[in-house]
Amino acid sequence: MGSNYDDNITFMDYTLDQEQLEHIESVLGEDLIKSGVHCVLLIDMAGNIIAKCDNGRCQHDLYSLAALASANFAAVDTMAKIVGEAEFSLLFHKGENENIHFNKVNEEFLLITIFGKEVSLGLLRLKVAEAVEKVNSVFMQAA
Amino acid sequence: MAFVNMKSKEVQAKIVYYGPGRGGKTTNLEFIYSKFRERIKSDMVSIKTHGDRTLFFDFLPFDIGKIMGYDVKIQLYTVPGQVKYDATRRLVLKGVDGMVFVADSQVEQRKKNVLSLKNLQENLAMYKKSIFKVPLVLQYNKRDLKKEGIPLLPTETLEKDLNSQLKVPSFAASAVSGENVVPTMKKIISLTMASLQNVLK
Repeated sequence: MGSNYDDNITFMDYTLDQEQLEHIESVLGEDLIKSGVHCVLLIDMAGNIIAKCDNGRCQHDLYSLAALASANFAAVDTMAKIVGEAEFSLLFHKGENENIHFNKVNEEFLLITIFGKEVSLGLLRLKVAEAVEKVNSVFMQAA
Repeated sequence: MAFVNMKSKEVQAKIVYYGPGRGGKTTNLEFIYSKFRERIKSDMVSIKTHGDRTLFFDFLPFDIGKIMGYDVKIQLYTVPGQVKYDATRRLVLKGVDGMVFVADSQVEQRKKNVLSLKNLQENLAMYKKSIFKVPLVLQYNKRDLKKEGIPLLPTETLEKDLNSQLKVPSFAASAVSGENVVPTMKKIISLTMASLQNVLK
């Protein structure tokens, strides 16, 4: 069955080995969790979780969150196109205790950060931008 | 595009239930959710309208245990069936690994089934996938309505309409009573895993 299945798009469009995943997770931990972020997820546009890192006190249902986040991002992206924008660069949901920030890493991946009141949006965006750059350089090596 | 995590030895595969509106896709997932309640740790996510129609998708993550040393997480999705929601339907199809097509057995829905299957073929083509290659199972739903005197298409007619070229496994089912809902799911999981096993070796 598997052998005559030549539609290679069904398989991963990307490959990350253990070392690269560890590198990515250490970037997420060092740059974001240590800055006070509650939880950070690297997901693909199909809603799969590629890497995750949290402060150990995060109780959220992350698999559902990833599915919804990728769908939400895709919907907002389509809205942007309808109003003639290439994309909306800031995607951020503010809550009373938890906030969610979305950042596109590249065509295939999104970085989702969940953070509380103690982290300012400005600092978070700065840290996320740094982390995205580092994660992207890991992808470059992988390609 | 299943995601295989070599580090945590985890596989995430996406299975989408497709089909015409009011055909029973959400009911399939609801039955699975109630049946395996103790094994499914998280809640089923549904984005629906006030009229209870699926607006974007339903989502149900399902851990099926270990296969070849990998922890397999199946993610079940449905799409909105109504014709006008084609854009969101397409978004949900991104990265799909396996499909269940839920057809409505009622005589008056015959045309809608054919149109929806054609729509699936077109939408898969947008992701450069062929309906003949993606793991697919057909389900002829609502067989229970026969008892209530509602005219149903014979399964032979449904086979001829929908499966004459595809030649994929099919099940006569009733999502409301749960008949053949789990066998449908088991079949698509096994087909999907078989298609992924090259990656896992």
